[in-house]
Amino acid sequence: MYAFDFERPTSLSAALKALGREDAQALAGGQTLIPTLKARLAQPSSLVSLSALAELKGVRKDDAGRVCIGATTPHAVVAREAAGDYPALAALAGQIGDPAVRNRGTIGGSLANNDPSACYPAAALASNAMIVTNDREIAADDFFEGMFATALEEGEIITEVRFPVPQAASYLKFEQPASRFALVGAYVAKFADGVRVAITGASEEGVFRWEAAEQALSKDFSAEAVKALAAPAADGMIGDLHGSSEYRAHLVRVMTARAVAAAR
Amino acid sequence: MPKDFGIGANSKRREDVRFLTGDGRYTDDINLHGQAHVAFVRSEVAHGRLKGVDSSAAEKMPGILRVFTAADLSGVGGLPCGWQVTDRHGNPMLEPKHPVLAEDKVRYVGEAIAAVVAETEAQARDAADTVIPDIEALPAVVDMKGAVAEGAPLVHDDIGSNLCYDWGFVEDNKAAVDEAFATADHVTSLDLVNNRMIPNAMEPRVAVGDYSRATGDSTLYTTSQNPHVIRLLMGAFVLGIPEHKLRVVAPDVGGGFGSKIFHYAEEAFCTFAAKALNRPVKWTCTRSESFVTDAHGRDHVTRIELALDKEGHFKAIRTDTYANMGAYLSTFAPSVPTWLHGTLMAGNYKTPLIYVNVKAVFTNTVPVDAYRGAGRPEATYQLERVIDKAAREMGMDPVALRRKNFITEFPYATPVAVQYDTGDYIATMDKLEEIADLAGFEARRAESAKKGLLRGLGVNCYIEACGIAPSNLVGQLGARAGLYESATVRVNATGGVVVMTGAHSHGQGHETSFAQVIADMIGIPEDQVDVVHGDTANTPMGMGTYGSRSIAVGGSAMVRAAGKVIDKARKIAAHLMEASPEDIELKDGKFTVAGTDKSVAWGDVTLAAYVPHNYPLEDIEPGLEETSFYDPANFTYPAGAYACEVEVDPETGKVTLCSFAAADDFGNIINPMIVDGQVHGGIAQGVGQALLEGAAYDASGQLLNASYMDYAMPRADDLPSYVVDHSCQTPCTHNPLGVKGCGEAGAIGSPPAVVNAVVDALQRGGHTDVTHIDMPLTPSRVWAAMQG
Repeated sequence: MYAFDFERPTSLSAALKALGREDAQALAGGQTLIPTLKARLAQPSSLVSLSALAELKGVRKDDAGRVCIGATTPHAVVAREAAGDYPALAALAGQIGDPAVRNRGTIGGSLANNDPSACYPAAALASNAMIVTNDREIAADDFFEGMFATALEEGEIITEVRFPVPQAASYLKFEQPASRFALVGAYVAKFADGVRVAITGASEEGVFRWEAAEQALSKDFSAEAVKALAAPAADGMIGDLHGSSEYRAHLVRVMTARAVAAAR
Repeated sequence: MPKDFGIGANSKRREDVRFLTGDGRYTDDINLHGQAHVAFVRSEVAHGRLKGVDSSAAEKMPGILRVFTAADLSGVGGLPCGWQVTDRHGNPMLEPKHPVLAEDKVRYVGEAIAAVVAETEAQARDAADTVIPDIEALPAVVDMKGAVAEGAPLVHDDIGSNLCYDWGFVEDNKAAVDEAFATADHVTSLDLVNNRMIPNAMEPRVAVGDYSRATGDSTLYTTSQNPHVIRLLMGAFVLGIPEHKLRVVAPDVGGGFGSKIFHYAEEAFCTFAAKALNRPVKWTCTRSESFVTDAHGRDHVTRIELALDKEGHFKAIRTDTYANMGAYLSTFAPSVPTWLHGTLMAGNYKTPLIYVNVKAVFTNTVPVDAYRGAGRPEATYQLERVIDKAAREMGMDPVALRRKNFITEFPYATPVAVQYDTGDYIATMDKLEEIADLAGFEARRAESAKKGLLRGLGVNCYIEACGIAPSNLVGQLGARAGLYESATVRVNATGGVVVMTGAHSHGQGHETSFAQVIADMIGIPEDQVDVVHGDTANTPMGMGTYGSRSIAVGGSAMVRAAGKVIDKARKIAAHLMEASPEDIELKDGKFTVAGTDKSVAWGDVTLAAYVPHNYPLEDIEPGLEETSFYDPANFTYPAGAYACEVEVDPETGKVTLCSFAAADDFGNIINPMIVDGQVHGGIAQGVGQALLEGAAYDASGQLLNASYMDYAMPRADDLPSYVVDHSCQTPCTHNPLGVKGCGEAGAIGSPPAVVNAVVDALQRGGHTDVTHIDMPLTPSRVWAAMQG
């Protein structure tokens, strides 16, 4: 780890000001950033911790019935507090990493990082969530811009994520054996006006919606409807020592069908 | 009923109190006054010409004491190799220099090029990042068969070949073996890979060098399985320090698995630099460094052929193996694919003719050396896989085929030089059938099928050779060391006992089990016995712990030394009771004159030895302390039978281990609970190799899975609860305890069980074209195999 300054502002405005400095880096739960620093793969001038911003914490329900999660809410809290209103989301949060990760890692950090194998981007995209920042609201469909890339501007902070609650939903991941991140994860969300399916772990472009499955499931919400589909094209899927692109494409269909079967 | 103390008791591991409460003293816990820290600059390319090192920026950074390169190590020798193999043609193996810091070339990613010593660890690391090696990259040699092909780039230009040796065993058998294959009723052949393992001991390596200008004494604190061996190798061959001026201390060590047997460059550097700078110098390996600097294990590519007659009797075995040495010869690397591998190729079976060929190859990868089992897992894996394949081809039950070929009479001289002294392979297989409920498999398979899962059963046997010996034999085979073990048994005046052993405990529980033996011999409570190990200053010269040798060899030395102590104490007791020594019996801590009620307590005798007022000074010396060096007559041969059941998800290829049963014959057992633990850990390691682990290099020599994000270690939820049984006991015939050793068995016996089970599951599930899948059996590999 290289030397850096550390700040822990207590207001959003102070945090934004601190992040305006050259090579400043926001620190949420640090579950990706701290290992990156330890491996000497990043050298920020200062770390701006968001942990003292009370307005970024907590799980609530808004007037539209959406489950709204403050950006620095750890996964363990989401797993506990969203369980009644949005069980599929709570179940996803409860299966990220291990207890240490779940008590430090945050939803805002996960979405801002947009790791192509992370779980939360699938939930946000499949749920048609609204990602709220310090100065705007970004629909999930517009937020994810490819592997480790998002619509966030330099110094922009996610403050809250608002999840419409589907009629039925489920997330199932097939774990990469070493990291236990998603080798392929499928999030299925059935709304009154249609079904959304988001896939994480598989694509070189990061999280994506599997539209063929969405169309089929909107007509017939059953595992058989997915099994009748061809797997998505292997072209553009990640291929590495944990699995070829063909294997990942195959798993997209398998995990989507299983997620549909498990949806509640 | 287990006893409540002594041999056979489940005594709780006394060392765990300090390990579990954070009171262990590991090498990294040692901080010396005035200590400096070193960070190594390591090669990021696998192969290249090293034209220079620019350390000018580093030298100006805060806290820097000195930057060392190879040019600063004049008078320092290369790291020695402890075993010289002779090839098929009678020539010695090629043995290139293994420098402490890279000289003219870099030969693997991770090789140390420069050492930056600073006041603090952070200063050393920051400065090391600014050191720029000038490297002209060369094509890397990674694939073994490619390495020995015509025109391949040379890892070591001066030795003229990447082929370290071409070994044939037994060369005189070759023609007869070929003839047996030519005339066999059936031949089964199998190509397989024994995947490269990264040891991943929980505690990374650490070295602290110290030097006293006043006395001229050097001390090295290091994470080692064998401090005396390090003292000899480093002192005599690398730094030129005689033993009496060099002390090596290996305190609590957090796991070794072989990787801490070897003498590493960092140890030599810290010892050297402490003298050069007249300050203690410390190095703590990061986990990232350990992936690319700890010697790796296994990495064989093999074709094995088995010739059988119509009835399924084994007639001959022929193997052709490429064994990766990596870029340099690590300390015992050449012995692993030869004498620890070829000699075990008979397994548990009567096969009259065997020929083993091994080509050891240099590549631009991390050096490869012994790793839990070392050669024996490689032998067991190929043999037990090809037997399973043969059974399938011949339409025979794999257990019945094994039983038909079991060795049943002992001693048994194999055609590969070793002689098994004892064993009962039918008994362990019978026991396995019982504890694994093999008869109930079909019903369990039907249950799995209802869930849409393919269930498979894998069974195999193993034999291993522990306590490699005797020294005069291993000397003929190329060992440059003896393989005895030592112990001093010191009895204090008030009756307590201290055992100073040359063996080293880094997880095995010697402090408990060795004490149990002494307590049993004398009849005193175990807490009256302490075991000291790991410091050349207070233990007799010994060879350390590896190859499951500690109780069989070190324990035997201890028993011999204790026997001498007891003989002397008996004479003292005889004197005190005015009886003849022949009539004195020692039982329950009391010397008794046979047939009388006259007795004297152990503590009274030991007090007399040190306060010799009423004492036969004309016949014996005062004091009660004896040393023994024990050189075994033969290896010991633990053996057993393992069974594993798996479920394979046909949609994803994911393998779930449903059950694992192990029936082992370890001879006599000192502490059944510790033996259980050793087998449990070994199976976890073997399952890791079978399902999860495996170093992956790309064609340029970069290690692709150099962190836990990509290198999968087994975790608790990957494993079922094991059924472990060691009630089949054929005691070793040639050591005083009748013990055989248990540390490696689990890692040796388990990989073929797992792979046999997965192949069985696929076969039963209709994938009859799948006869083999190379380890690790990851979901993607199993799925790919099912796709045809």
